[in-house]
Amino acid sequence: MIGGLFIYNHKGEVLISRVYRDDIGRNAVDAFRVNVIHARQQVRSPVTNIARTSFFHVKRSNIWLAAVTKQNVNAAMVFEFLYKMCDVMTAYFGKISEENIKNNFVLIYELLDEILDFGYPQNSETGALKTFITQQGIKGQHQTKEEQSQITSQVTGQIGWRREGIKYRRNELFLDVLESVNLLMSPQGQVLSAHVSGRVVMKSYLSGMPECKFGMNDKIVIDKQGKGGTTDEPGKSGKQSIAIDDCTFHQCVRLSKFDSERSISFIPPDGEYELMRYRTTKDIILPFRVIPLVREVGRTKLEVKVVIKSNFKPSLLAQKIEVRIPTPLNTSGVQVICMKGKAKYKASENAIVWKIKRMAGMKESQISAEIELLPTNDKKKWARPPISMNFEVPFAPSGLKVRYLKVFESKLNYSDHDVIKWVRYIGRSGIYETRC
Amino acid sequence: MPAVSKGDGMRGLAVFISDIRNCKSKEAEIKRINKELANIRSKFKGDKALDGYSKKKYVCKLLFIFLLGHDIDFGHMEAVNLLSSNKYTEKQIGYLFISVLVNSNSELIRLINNAIKNDLSSRNPTFMCLALHCIANVGSREMAEAFAGEIPRILVAGDTMDSVKQSAALCLLRLYKTSPDLVLMGEWTSRVVHLLNDQHMGVVTAAISLITCLSQKNPDEFKTCVSLAVSRLSRIVSSASTDLQDYTYYFVPAPWLSCKLLRLLQCYPPPEDGAVKGRLVECLETILNKAQEPPKSKKVQHSNAKNAILFEAISLIIHYDSEPNLLVRACNQLGQFLQHRETNLRYLALESMCTLASSEFSHEAVKTHIETVINALKTERDVSVRQRAADLLYAMCDRSNAKQIVAEMLSYLETADYSIREEMVLKVAILAEKYAVDYSWYVDTILNLIRIAGDYVSEEVWYRVIQIVINRDDVQGYAAKTVFEALQAPACHENMVKVGGYILGEFGNLIAGDPRSSPLVQFNLLHSKFHLCSVPTRALLLSAYIKFINLFPETKSTIQEVLRSDSQIRNSDVELQQRAVEYLKLSSIASTDVLATVLEEMPPFPERESSILAKLKKKKGPGAVSVNELEEGKREGGELNGGGERGDNSAIAASNASTPSPSADLLGLRTGPPVTAAAPSAGSLLVDVFSEAGFISILFVCKNNGVLFENQLLQIGIKSEYRQNLGRMYLFYGNKTSVQFITFTTTLNVQSKPVEPLIEGGAQVQQVINIECLTDFSDAPLLNIKFRYGGALQNLTLKLPVTINKFFQPTEMASHDFFQRWKQLSLPQQEAQKIFKANHAMDTEVLKAKLLGLGMALLENVDPNPENFVCAGVIQTKAQQVGSLLRLEPNAQAQMYRLTVRSSKDTVSKRLCELLAEQF
Repeated sequence: MIGGLFIYNHKGEVLISRVYRDDIGRNAVDAFRVNVIHARQQVRSPVTNIARTSFFHVKRSNIWLAAVTKQNVNAAMVFEFLYKMCDVMTAYFGKISEENIKNNFVLIYELLDEILDFGYPQNSETGALKTFITQQGIKGQHQTKEEQSQITSQVTGQIGWRREGIKYRRNELFLDVLESVNLLMSPQGQVLSAHVSGRVVMKSYLSGMPECKFGMNDKIVIDKQGKGGTTDEPGKSGKQSIAIDDCTFHQCVRLSKFDSERSISFIPPDGEYELMRYRTTKDIILPFRVIPLVREVGRTKLEVKVVIKSNFKPSLLAQKIEVRIPTPLNTSGVQVICMKGKAKYKASENAIVWKIKRMAGMKESQISAEIELLPTNDKKKWARPPISMNFEVPFAPSGLKVRYLKVFESKLNYSDHDVIKWVRYIGRSGIYETRC
Repeated sequence: MPAVSKGDGMRGLAVFISDIRNCKSKEAEIKRINKELANIRSKFKGDKALDGYSKKKYVCKLLFIFLLGHDIDFGHMEAVNLLSSNKYTEKQIGYLFISVLVNSNSELIRLINNAIKNDLSSRNPTFMCLALHCIANVGSREMAEAFAGEIPRILVAGDTMDSVKQSAALCLLRLYKTSPDLVLMGEWTSRVVHLLNDQHMGVVTAAISLITCLSQKNPDEFKTCVSLAVSRLSRIVSSASTDLQDYTYYFVPAPWLSCKLLRLLQCYPPPEDGAVKGRLVECLETILNKAQEPPKSKKVQHSNAKNAILFEAISLIIHYDSEPNLLVRACNQLGQFLQHRETNLRYLALESMCTLASSEFSHEAVKTHIETVINALKTERDVSVRQRAADLLYAMCDRSNAKQIVAEMLSYLETADYSIREEMVLKVAILAEKYAVDYSWYVDTILNLIRIAGDYVSEEVWYRVIQIVINRDDVQGYAAKTVFEALQAPACHENMVKVGGYILGEFGNLIAGDPRSSPLVQFNLLHSKFHLCSVPTRALLLSAYIKFINLFPETKSTIQEVLRSDSQIRNSDVELQQRAVEYLKLSSIASTDVLATVLEEMPPFPERESSILAKLKKKKGPGAVSVNELEEGKREGGELNGGGERGDNSAIAASNASTPSPSADLLGLRTGPPVTAAAPSAGSLLVDVFSEAGFISILFVCKNNGVLFENQLLQIGIKSEYRQNLGRMYLFYGNKTSVQFITFTTTLNVQSKPVEPLIEGGAQVQQVINIECLTDFSDAPLLNIKFRYGGALQNLTLKLPVTINKFFQPTEMASHDFFQRWKQLSLPQQEAQKIFKANHAMDTEVLKAKLLGLGMALLENVDPNPENFVCAGVIQTKAQQVGSLLRLEPNAQAQMYRLTVRSSKDTVSKRLCELLAEQF
């Protein structure tokens, strides 16, 4: 189990230090600083073992979070916890920065006491935590004994993530499908590897204790229905369903029901939460195609031409498009001409960055650059790193579709139709690279 | 560097460095550097020429980036350009860049060398110094090639400035160290020696480093330096501390120079010239006297400088080893240091004393400090000092104080550091052996050693005890008694069990008279340790048991019971199981006489160098133990006892009879492969017999394919084809076992393709041999096969079945042609005839087949007598063609043949006749 948790700034100064177990000594703090933060060679492994003590770290901008243990713990659990910790902190005070951590250190210690007990992770649900760890100062006089006991029973109860008696005038529900698409493509346009990792994020403002049921075009479910019922067209449904490689759910989802019927039913927490995460590798819609053309003219010149093609419905608009074309290390000057957007040679990153604000589907655009090179006495050839790309598109590249989200609340007098539901799809680029 | 004026400030560089220092993260730093690199690239690329200042600035930035750990692959050209600048700072930066970043790029090196040459020939001393520093800093072979001739000239030229001379001497030293072959001796060498007389102390100091290095390689050429060095030394030593002004360091005159002079003198034997020698002795005495004077300053630098000279002087005294007076004085001086507060001084004193101890003049003087040294061993806090103390004790040990020293070392061993324990153990073992007056003391010491530090007692130590006990009759009884007592301790070390098992197995009978150590008691004692031991020890104990059966017949049934138990006879370890089975059978089948012969007492070991000493040598590396020390040890070890390893001839009788595997011998000592006629070696024995008899060749004279060789392990098949004077032979090596053969190699005195080094169990590999017959021959090529099967090396030598007749080309001819040719070959040496008895039945068809197999054409209806066979053929060799005719006349009644071969070459006829005579 986690023996201690430290937060450092970029210089390796300790901002927060909370030790849960006696086997972690004081010198552990310094050991991590010396061996990881100030290491001569950049440490790339997130797990470091120093003197039989394991350090698990994540980095958020300039801040290092390190969990320490002497035991043989489940590393996945520790990282899950660290990410949760980051989420909780973000939910409380926004961006994780040295300034914010220093300003909120009392709150952070309070949180750390609550979400870890003797190194065992406890409730890390932001919604639930916010009911009893507040930032408004002491509210003791406003809170009655009754309320306090209610919190206790709720937090320790079966449905720890939702308290009873929530009331909204308007029952509203927001559902976001957020995907990031990863690709590695050969210069000839052959897909070398591709996958989509997606999340379903919900924001619910519902009264009472509603029971929800979420349906999507999961291949297994569709196939089962296709076989059972005769109304669906088997061809159509087969085409539109997607094969999910693996998925994980928020703790509110009833896993037994998912295992037996593959239906996702749950009592949602109040506010924002991540309902599920999933990953697909088949039949991915690649929103953009990058066609690179690199020509070396002698030893001192390089001509690069890159064409991008958008490959989705013309009615949709992709946003925040950025193409990053790496330049050789001995570049001494660059001339760029692009049809659309803005392009600039960024010497500090050794790349030409081409930005386009918006681009509709089924369009294409191109950039051409002349790169002047300084002859070097090094015989090494340029390694030609891949061209990478960033973008945002308003659909799910995996093909996932929300089929329904039903809300049942038996005690209160509102039905599924009364709930206002919003669904949004956002596809972003992950590591989207084309070799050149 | 001259003071930085305002113009030289290089603001851009300062800004860049402060930018980098302010970077919050590694990523930010890399970004900043990339940006700067791009900027410099565009500047260097730019068509308009850069002025010297900006060039210097950018080269400086590149250098800084490189020193931060980033690769720099441009800017070399600009740096080389800076070299030709006239401004000091620009030149300096250029040289700095070159010496840090130079690589063996040919075109640039040429340019650089050119610039350096210009600077060397300039009259400006600062430029010359810069160039010399660059050469020394780079110090590559290319540099040496270019400048090794030039620098000596600068060094000895009369008009060179002192500072340049200094640099030149050190630069030459560097070049000489990297490529001594390129620095040629010449007339300059004698003039270099005279630099010792130079007015400028800096030049002398620099030159002396060079001379020391040179004279180590060519002592004769620099002999003259001795007297110069002595006079220089005496001038320094006798000068008052204020005389040398700049070269006085904390009241010590020129300490570095003195040390270097003393070190230079250590390269040579004591001067023969009396006057010089007297002067030197005087110097050394002055130095020793000065050590006694009260310090002129409390500062540590003062005493450090003084002591440095003193220690260097002492090593010179030790090196000369001829002045008893000085040696004793040195020893006393060191004795004072032994109790000094300063740990470093104590360490150095112990170290120097170690060498003093080996000198005959000071050995006694060193011995007076024994108490102090022992005290140091016990109380010193620093482990390296304790180690030196142990070394010194070892060095000062002789017959008079051996008992005391060994006892002290043994008692120290209990608390000694783990790192030096093994070495201590070896030293104790050697000293105990070397100075043993009576061997009971020796046995006691070693057993104590095993008891105290059993884990650190290496194999060699206990082998040695056993060798000594076996070689000395007088200690055997005592040894048996002592080990018996030692084994009675509830927990004893495995090495003790090994020694105990061996000695009781050999000499248990000597103490069997005592009812407290009756045979059965001895056996039970040993067997009680059996289960706690590792496999090799158990194997040794089993051998001890079988020896018990021989020594004490009354224990036979008990021991047989033990051997028969499942834990022995079905032991999962093959070695133990085999021993148990064989010993059990041996004890039950063999008669007492046989048993007594087989299990006879071990013969004495041959006298050889102590293996422990060899081990210590290996451990410490050469030079750690002084050479005469070792020689002495060798001599003494030799005269006292037997050798470290045992020869094959003394392999124990018991193991001889029983165990075929190479690790079988009783002690597990390193011996060669067993001499027993066990399975693997039997095979190779057989082959040798075969090939010598030419057996294989006989079979293959008339046959091209078949099995060449076969034993339990290996089968070699052969397939061959011949055409004219060329042949190709396929050898198939088949592994008949289920185990891999490794490092399988074949060597042949004919060209062949290498064969796969591994043959898997049950697999077959193929080797192709191409054969060309150059001229006629009688000896078949030899094939040597080596491989490892299990652990054992197998070696086979086979004759390849390549005989002259393989290159026959059959020739058809009519009767009269044949006889015409027959008559042409009528010279007596062209004919070979043999009359011999038939080995096989005289079947016409078989004979025909054999003759056809020979490769000649069988001619029908030629000979008037139809019983006779006549053949003709031409042997194709590269050099010539040899026509051969053959006539075979069988005589059925007498069961005899007459064979006549005629050919145009006498050797061929003879060889063919010999080959064929064996066939019928």
